[in-house]
Amino acid sequence: MFNISPRILGVAEGAFWAGLLACYFLLPNSLPLLTQILIVGLFAVSLDIALGYAGILTVGHAAFFGAGAYVAGLLSKSGWGEPVSGLLVAAVAGGVLGYLCSWLIVRGADLTRLMITIGICLLLYELANRFGGLTGGADGLQGIETWPLLGVLKFDLYGRTAYVYTLVVVAMLFAGLRVFLRSPLGLALKGVHENTRRMQALGSPVGARLRLAYTASALVAAVAGALMAQTTQFVGLDSLSFDKSAEVLIILILGGTGRLYGGLLGAIAYTLIHDSFSQLDARYWMLGLGLFLVAFVLLGRGGLTAWLSRAFVVRSRS
Amino acid sequence: MAIVIFDGIAYGMLLYLISVGLSITLGLMNFVNLAHGAFAMIGGYAASLAMSRLGVPFPVALLVAFAAGGVAGAVLERVLFARLYSSTHLDQLLLTIGLVFVCVATATYLFGPTMQAFSLPSYLDGQVRVLDLDVGRYRLFLVLIGGIVVLSLAALMTQTKFGAMVRACVDNRRVSAGLGLPVGRVYLLAFALGCGLAGFGGALGLGMLSLDPTFPLKYLIYFLIVVCVGGAGTLSGPFLAALLVGVVDVASKYYLPQLGAFVIYVFMVVLLLFRPHGLIPRRGVR
Repeated sequence: MFNISPRILGVAEGAFWAGLLACYFLLPNSLPLLTQILIVGLFAVSLDIALGYAGILTVGHAAFFGAGAYVAGLLSKSGWGEPVSGLLVAAVAGGVLGYLCSWLIVRGADLTRLMITIGICLLLYELANRFGGLTGGADGLQGIETWPLLGVLKFDLYGRTAYVYTLVVVAMLFAGLRVFLRSPLGLALKGVHENTRRMQALGSPVGARLRLAYTASALVAAVAGALMAQTTQFVGLDSLSFDKSAEVLIILILGGTGRLYGGLLGAIAYTLIHDSFSQLDARYWMLGLGLFLVAFVLLGRGGLTAWLSRAFVVRSRS
Repeated sequence: MAIVIFDGIAYGMLLYLISVGLSITLGLMNFVNLAHGAFAMIGGYAASLAMSRLGVPFPVALLVAFAAGGVAGAVLERVLFARLYSSTHLDQLLLTIGLVFVCVATATYLFGPTMQAFSLPSYLDGQVRVLDLDVGRYRLFLVLIGGIVVLSLAALMTQTKFGAMVRACVDNRRVSAGLGLPVGRVYLLAFALGCGLAGFGGALGLGMLSLDPTFPLKYLIYFLIVVCVGGAGTLSGPFLAALLVGVVDVASKYYLPQLGAFVIYVFMVVLLLFRPHGLIPRRGVR
């Protein structure tokens, strides 16, 4: 256990983002993989808002990821490939979808929420599957064209523009979420998670808070999906699948729930592990994931971020 | 029309048999169990192997499946589930998703990724005329067996001492323990019974549900729909829901095949919108 001062924590945070930026120069051949990590990380952070902060049990978050991806992809395919506006449209679509669903979510208890979230995810999956003429069905949405960023920077084969674009979007959203979650509103959200009844007694509008969190979470997930559609120029049906929802859940708990950096660290660790085992048979990978989940629950150590925060205790020197 | 309803009821019976154990764990023990389909899969494979390797007749294979599901349930309850009865729902969710993954991977390794071949015994093949209606013998068999199991389960829960103990333990665990009831053992037995029924249903459904290693994920949503729409924690709610789901699903696949599974999901969301605690909510839950 090490005692560190808040200043060092700030330095570490700065170094984290500087390191991501430095990867652009240090690892020019792995930029597509790094882009994937950032996108998955953003997706995991979006899940964290709903699950870790607001405490909404959901196994259907791929619904918003996939919805964002399809909206951005279809927009580009129908002749408007401008990336930034495409991202905004996808964000609005995801936010609206999340807001509509949030009315269902806040009604029930944990079990009903679980059902509704899985149900909505499956519903969208079936929709995308059935309307194959529009979405490409099981073959995925192909022929997405992303115009140069700001009219200048072309999306090249090495993924340089894609990486910088993704990094900037992720960093901006992350900074925004950081402010939001540390604001009184974000703290109220945490209160709802920890003790719903007491928050109600304090006069906090619990339902409205949960709806807000869920909407924000859906919006961010949709942005992550749109980023994936724009940078890979492909949307597969699996972006809406239950497996995708379970995968992001695993990533988040690997990183640690209810902590800002849990999703990002989880995505880095998960993608690196997955990439180094990519030769492995899919069924062994699934077995490994399953065993990891069981062990994780039984040992109950709270993920990478919890491990870090036990190793380093932040204490000011006064 | 009538035949669609009959087939739907047969399908619903099957769903009920598999899901009723889930209603106990989800509703009564308040345990989020996404791994329930795995027990049905274990039963299905056990029956299938018993028939193909040992050549036992179908009815005996059903009993083998019941035993396999029950034993697997009992072992896992002792080793894993019992530790998490008082954990958060998230932990339970993660554990059971992990279990599903392990089961899917193990089944793929042992039996291969393809669908398990199965042929009905000759006396269940073909059709039989009942009340002016040509119904499949197999589906009639499903309805009959399902009806018998439903009635005996209801009798077990309402008429016997064991049923009373289960109801007492799940209504209020602490008071029951204080009264000297062996709460841990009652939970174990109730859980194993539910898993055994799931295994039984998995074997019984061999002719209707396709059995491959993704079975626990593929049908998970149906089991959850049955329990949640019906009202977790009751026996009658899921029964009603299972019949409804069966009829709606069969009818939608018959009349609107282009929509596929879409209808059933909309059906679920709409029902949960109006009755968030299920068709027949448990007493004490509003």
